[in-house]
Amino acid sequence: MQDTSNALGAPTERREGPDKVTGAARYAAEHTPAGCAYAWPVPAAVARGEITAIDDSAALALPGVIDVLSHLNAPRLVEPDDATLAVLQDARVPHRGWYVALVVAETLEAAREGAAAVRVDYAVEPHDVTLRADHADAYVPEDTDGTSGEHVRGDADGAFDSAPVRVDAVYRVPPLHNHPMEPHAATARWHDGRLTVYDSSQGATTVRDVLAGMFALPKERITVVSEHVGGGFGSKGTPRPHVVLASMAARVTGRPVKLSLPRRELAAVVGHRSPTVQRVRLGAEKDGTLISVVHEVTSQTSRIKEFVETAAAATRVMYGSPHGRTTHRVVPLDVPSPSWMRAPGEAPGMYALESAMDELAVHLDIDPVELRLRNDTAREPDSSKPFSSRHLAECLREGARRFGWSERDPRTRSRAEGPVLVGSGVASATYPVLASPSRASAHAYPDGSYAVRVNATDIGTGARTVLAQVAADALGVPVERVRVAIGSSDLPDAPLAGGSSGTASWGWAVHEACTRLAKRLSEQQGQQLPPEGVGATADTAGTADAESEYARHAFGAHFAEVGVDTVSGEVRVRRLLGVYAAGHILNARTARSQFIGAMTMGLGMALTESSTMDAAFGDFAERDLAAYHVPVHADVPAIEAHWIDEDDPHLNPMGSKGIGEIGIVGTAAAIGNALRHATGVRLRELPLTPDRVLAGLARGM
Amino acid sequence: MKSFRYVRAHSVEEATAAHAGRPSSRYLGGGTNLVDLMKLGVESPRAVIDISALPLDSVEELRDGSVRVGATVRNSDLAAHPLVRERYPVLSQALLSGASGQLRNMATTGGNLLQRTRCPYFQDLAMPCNKRAPGSGCGARDGIHRDHAVLGHSRQCIATHPSDMAVALAALDAQVELYGARGRRTVPAAEFHRLPGERPDVDTEITHGELITGVLLPSATAGLPCAYRKARDRASYAFALASVAVVLSVEESVVREVRIAFGGLAHRPWRALRAERELLGGPPSGEAFRRAVDTELAEAEPLRDNSFKVPLARNLACDVLGRLAASPTGS
Repeated sequence: MQDTSNALGAPTERREGPDKVTGAARYAAEHTPAGCAYAWPVPAAVARGEITAIDDSAALALPGVIDVLSHLNAPRLVEPDDATLAVLQDARVPHRGWYVALVVAETLEAAREGAAAVRVDYAVEPHDVTLRADHADAYVPEDTDGTSGEHVRGDADGAFDSAPVRVDAVYRVPPLHNHPMEPHAATARWHDGRLTVYDSSQGATTVRDVLAGMFALPKERITVVSEHVGGGFGSKGTPRPHVVLASMAARVTGRPVKLSLPRRELAAVVGHRSPTVQRVRLGAEKDGTLISVVHEVTSQTSRIKEFVETAAAATRVMYGSPHGRTTHRVVPLDVPSPSWMRAPGEAPGMYALESAMDELAVHLDIDPVELRLRNDTAREPDSSKPFSSRHLAECLREGARRFGWSERDPRTRSRAEGPVLVGSGVASATYPVLASPSRASAHAYPDGSYAVRVNATDIGTGARTVLAQVAADALGVPVERVRVAIGSSDLPDAPLAGGSSGTASWGWAVHEACTRLAKRLSEQQGQQLPPEGVGATADTAGTADAESEYARHAFGAHFAEVGVDTVSGEVRVRRLLGVYAAGHILNARTARSQFIGAMTMGLGMALTESSTMDAAFGDFAERDLAAYHVPVHADVPAIEAHWIDEDDPHLNPMGSKGIGEIGIVGTAAAIGNALRHATGVRLRELPLTPDRVLAGLARGM
Repeated sequence: MKSFRYVRAHSVEEATAAHAGRPSSRYLGGGTNLVDLMKLGVESPRAVIDISALPLDSVEELRDGSVRVGATVRNSDLAAHPLVRERYPVLSQALLSGASGQLRNMATTGGNLLQRTRCPYFQDLAMPCNKRAPGSGCGARDGIHRDHAVLGHSRQCIATHPSDMAVALAALDAQVELYGARGRRTVPAAEFHRLPGERPDVDTEITHGELITGVLLPSATAGLPCAYRKARDRASYAFALASVAVVLSVEESVVREVRIAFGGLAHRPWRALRAERELLGGPPSGEAFRRAVDTELAEAEPLRDNSFKVPLARNLACDVLGRLAASPTGS
């Protein structure tokens, strides 16, 4: 279908849609160079210890097995900044599931059988995988970027203690797993001293740079291709062990090597959302005005890498209060390294804060929308900076209007359909505006077509399409005249698709390159373009990452209606509605997809997704999609996403904020608050499964 | 790769002979569980005997009014069959509450009965499991066991049987038809699966070489009011936290017939015989239902993290009993 509109904001259809539905789109594991071999990893079977012996004789004796790599024979790599990438480099086992060997074979089946035949002996050491808020090893991490560590304003604890009204509650979020549809996979090939890798990654430039460092190669001799990526949700934000293993195996064997990680092993090697224990204390006046907000978060990290689930960061942004303290504590355990998962920090943190706000509203008998409006603020509480734009109040009001909030009877258990209690809840959302420097080029050709080149990544969001729109807008031409090349590190360097910053970062550079190109074209108006066309480039270093005098964040409001079956304890969401203020929305169709996708993920976080750590073995118990319950279609009701288009001059040239994550942020709290409204039961641990709901109903809270 | 012999059987006799002659052989129906277990290394048969081409794919009414379901009838087809929907709606409901549409299109009646537990320790070769590797221990007992058994478990094993269909069959007094070297025999569906005891590696009463040829739905339970209810962690594609199948006939305010089977609570569908005895001939009151179900569940021995299953099962059973007493369709 031809789209003649080039306006930013148009609902342009995604360009690679037909390729995806017809199977023409090729993902990392779907490239099979001639002579390709297959690899299968061997995970550690102990939670902590050291490898004492590896017997690969049985594996090597199997037909088709080419080689077995382990720390005994693998090439020594330059030590990476990210210790999770230092695979097969030493005998340490930092957690169960850590890769201790890799079998390369002629076929996938032979590689798998070979992996099962590798015998590994360990000197086992006692392990500790249990997160507790009072763990003796908990420490406050250094705050490197404003989202971590501890921030104190005024006398937060004293002000809380003397506040007329107090809420003091502890909320728990379990470990959560990203589980993108496409597992982490790489196909690597060495040829003429060059390395080419097809990798499932959220950012091929970073993957190339990290591989260049680890393999001590000039960047020009590595090409990383991530043309289509089947989701990542943060777990492909930086390189993961598979790409190092595939590259290493290809170098050792002299063969192209393909490695696709088994679904069951993802939980241990690609990162997870750390569980959090969060204590929130709200001290308020009797009219609901906040006096003090204290948010203390304890999360886990591994022995080899510090990762902080920055769950208190959003509390530094949300509501005005003269006093405040936000504290992160981390406990190093013998667990897999946690990492980013959609809205890292904000999603679990706003579950806690927005549940606590609901508790305060209930306590004071103030409407929860009204309570949030009363605590709206013109300046960011922690920094005192003015907001570049903040339309939280408008989102709350617009959401309330669309949802029919005014018809809600505030009393709990006020709506019953037989044994099913029905209730509704609200929560706010926020996500920071982020952008990183990017390069891009733009070319005009004599045939009237244009080409934009930037190493952006499409993780399913429609990056190609929106970048074409950005280019068309800057050039003033129809969008279908613009070709977009993305997904290869041979293209101009670009940052990852993460932190809801991809479109802002890449689009900024594309916009600049196209603006320059348009200027050049206008200068040679009337002249025939040379056959090779005319080009322009851009590099937004120093611009995209410049400090701002404004606090820049997106805001939103979530409304949920749930039915709670008092017989079975099952909670089902009936309606979910979000209103977002996230700058100028650049593509109404793909933006809506991202909003409702994130809301669905938030629904899973609220109701179904749970992972449990076996304390004896140090392993996550739910490791496939039958046991790790992401929501299915039957769980997902009519979801509505709306937005308030903001005109904010302090952002990027497109005037956009990120939209990939904010949809998950307040969803779980809205659903938990709706459960409370329906039943009178306040649950403070996710997910809200029948066992917990029944226990709550029995307690009659 | 692990090679295995593939045999495509064309008759029941050929299938059972091929199976009996090879100690490590497995029948292949829809493959929805066996193939997964082979990929995990939990099953590594030397021979796979494909029975999907056997002439066991029909649902037919017998002269005595009972209904015979062939072993290779797909779960979707069985759930949709008019005879089942009209006379045994509890079976149709149970089938449709299980797995996903894609899996039901593949899974067979016999295979559904022979599916293995989804205990994570059973599925992971690196973990101890007395069912998979007798004598290796049970990782679940002190580990992750929220989904595990509260009734009839043993020191050796706390696994549950995952089937929804089997729970309805148990409540319907269905019979499982077996064919083997010793000829034909039938086993009540409620007794087809075993309790783990000291032999958790043995799931059912089937002996090596025998084949499930079909399931008999008796005329005695045809058309009686019945219903299935299942509680789960998500709305579809999740195993039962607890489920119940109930057949209830009330005349003149007296319980004339009652059959109750629980799913998700034990190593087999748990036929609530005590509760049934207590209810039979008595009033169909909520109080009587509660008392009877409590009597049945009094012998439950929940583990650290699954005590919720007892009140959950009680709630589900009382709800279905109450609804059936009020209306024969239980709606």
